Amino acid sequence: MAFLEIDNLHYRYDETTALDNLSLSVDRGSICALVGPDGAGKTTLIRLLCRLIAPQTGTVSIDGEDLFDVATPLTDRLGYMPQSFSLYTDLSVEENLRFYAGVFGLTGSAYIEKRDYLYTFSRLGPFAKRRAGALSGGMKQKLALSCALLHDPELLILDEPTTGVDPVSRRQFWAILDDLRRAGVTIFVSTPYMDEASRADRITCLFSGQRLATGTADEVAATFIGSILRIDGVADADRLARLDALAGVTAQRFGAGVHLYLPSDMSADEVMPRVVELGIPRSAITERTPSVEDRFIQLMSGAGESEADNV
Amino acid sequence: MKRIRWLALKEFYHIIRDVRSLMIVIAMPILMTAMYGYAISLDIDNITLAVIDHDRTSESRSLVERFYASGRFVSPLHDVDLADPTATLRRGDAVGILVIRPGFSEAVAQTDDFTLGLTLDGSDASVANAAQAYVSTIVAEFTQDRLLPPGAEMPGIRISQTMLYNPDLKSAHFFVPGLVAVILLMISALLTSITIAREKESGTMEQLLTTPVRPHEIMIGKLLPYIVIAFLDGLLVVLFALVVFGVPFAGSVGLLIGFGIIYVAASLAIGMLVSSIAKTQQVAMMIALAATLMPSVMLSGFVFAIKNMPPALQAISHIVPAKYFVTIIRGIMLKGSSIEVLIVPALSLIAILVVLMFIATRRFQTRLA
Repeated sequence: MAFLEIDNLHYRYDETTALDNLSLSVDRGSICALVGPDGAGKTTLIRLLCRLIAPQTGTVSIDGEDLFDVATPLTDRLGYMPQSFSLYTDLSVEENLRFYAGVFGLTGSAYIEKRDYLYTFSRLGPFAKRRAGALSGGMKQKLALSCALLHDPELLILDEPTTGVDPVSRRQFWAILDDLRRAGVTIFVSTPYMDEASRADRITCLFSGQRLATGTADEVAATFIGSILRIDGVADADRLARLDALAGVTAQRFGAGVHLYLPSDMSADEVMPRVVELGIPRSAITERTPSVEDRFIQLMSGAGESEADNV
Repeated sequence: MKRIRWLALKEFYHIIRDVRSLMIVIAMPILMTAMYGYAISLDIDNITLAVIDHDRTSESRSLVERFYASGRFVSPLHDVDLADPTATLRRGDAVGILVIRPGFSEAVAQTDDFTLGLTLDGSDASVANAAQAYVSTIVAEFTQDRLLPPGAEMPGIRISQTMLYNPDLKSAHFFVPGLVAVILLMISALLTSITIAREKESGTMEQLLTTPVRPHEIMIGKLLPYIVIAFLDGLLVVLFALVVFGVPFAGSVGLLIGFGIIYVAASLAIGMLVSSIAKTQQVAMMIALAATLMPSVMLSGFVFAIKNMPPALQAISHIVPAKYFVTIIRGIMLKGSSIEVLIVPALSLIAILVVLMFIATRRFQTRLA
């Protein structure tokens, strides 16, 4: 049995279904990345895992213990970092750490030792006296992570920890997650960034409360059906519409360009001249190996929602 | 228990770091005591009295001077339209007109009978009554000084009724202690009403709920530092009442401190209950104000005597903490009451504190949404 088992989880807000009979399992000591557009149900799932909300139906077990049984002492094993910065901005870095250590029962020399260890990887030591509210985005996230790690949790749950953080800090943050995984911590992290998700052991794509795919980045990418032509250059609405109008293909905006998804029975050589006819230079068109993101876009457009563009 | 200490320490940091709010918390009760203390005062001063002096002698002028020297009347109003003197009253320029007919100084010299004319604006009965009483007193004093050599018989001129009540009766002595009770209740409830709502709004509650802290630990941890703040606030307000309003302090300081701590704790508990239910700070503040201000002004015996109220209101007054503390603080400050007399209201406050904290803890949501 996996360390984290989510089985048929269903959660409904008044009118909308946020999670639709979701099942998922995460192995001990692995990183599971949760991706999906806004409104897919990522935060709902994460709050359920932190026992902040209760599901209508379904079960979650951690290390074989039922999460929603109130008798389960869960908090000692779980570290949580919410999406929005949720430490005390009027308290200093050190005071925030000391407070959370205190409520987890970590005091005296044990606390000092832990704090210094957390300072070494977060490099927040020189800012110990600074108010948390005055930290940069990246430092805030590292402080929040430090607070979530004070009690050595077995399971770390992070809700979009790197959103709004500069690329350098993001890379540092993920390096820390890699270290934690090596130390045996199971990490469940949601992210809007596909490059980050690819660093995880397994990626789960959530869309409209349903799981579209799970697997390693390569596994997911390999399930792409058909082939891809990439068209570099300005991807304005007009060009996108004209490309999309080509018979049999779908055009998706992808970074600073367009990906043209060809069905399996259509070859690139067939499509290429039709693209050139639209006035696009041949040199701007290349064949592209499907990525995990392409697969997700394909899956989501299959689900028929315009939100898929957001990924 | 250790967790409560950390929660209390954290809360204490919040309080002292937010200097602006702290200043408001300290300044507002004093400002309110000053404003309410003067506004609610039933003493009527600064009455404008118009004077028509037909006598125009040093004798009549010295009578008029006495009015303005008394402190009850503001400087004289002499430019009265003699053709239509009551116009002054209709316009509201003066509350009364005193007419001194010619022959006043002769009457004084010969100790003859003499009648002064006083016309009063009766639309504000209490002001008119006060003015009448003041005029009578001042005229009586004048008559006595001028016409009564030591050991003399009845004066020739007597133009007065005697004032039945202590002319110096100060309502501030009665009101200010009650005011302290009302203001402390309101400030205390406001203080705590936003603490939990603030953590919900800023998202810190989401983090806090994933730690091992229990609802009662959050409640008590938040209550403790605020007891200190609210108690210091109360001390300031009482000192202010003593110094500025000259309210006497007849009883035991220790007793007032002890009961004061119980009272602020019960008041803070109202805020905790509000905070555990309200989702935003604004809603919490509105509820806290509505829940404390009206009942404590109306149903505490602070202004209106509870025993004159209909039974339904009397029943409601039993759950208004201010009612008990109004009794306690008046008893201690004005009458010097001992603990035996005040033990029942004090125990009532403890009961309110315990019940409110219990409900607040039960109502506290350990889950979001």
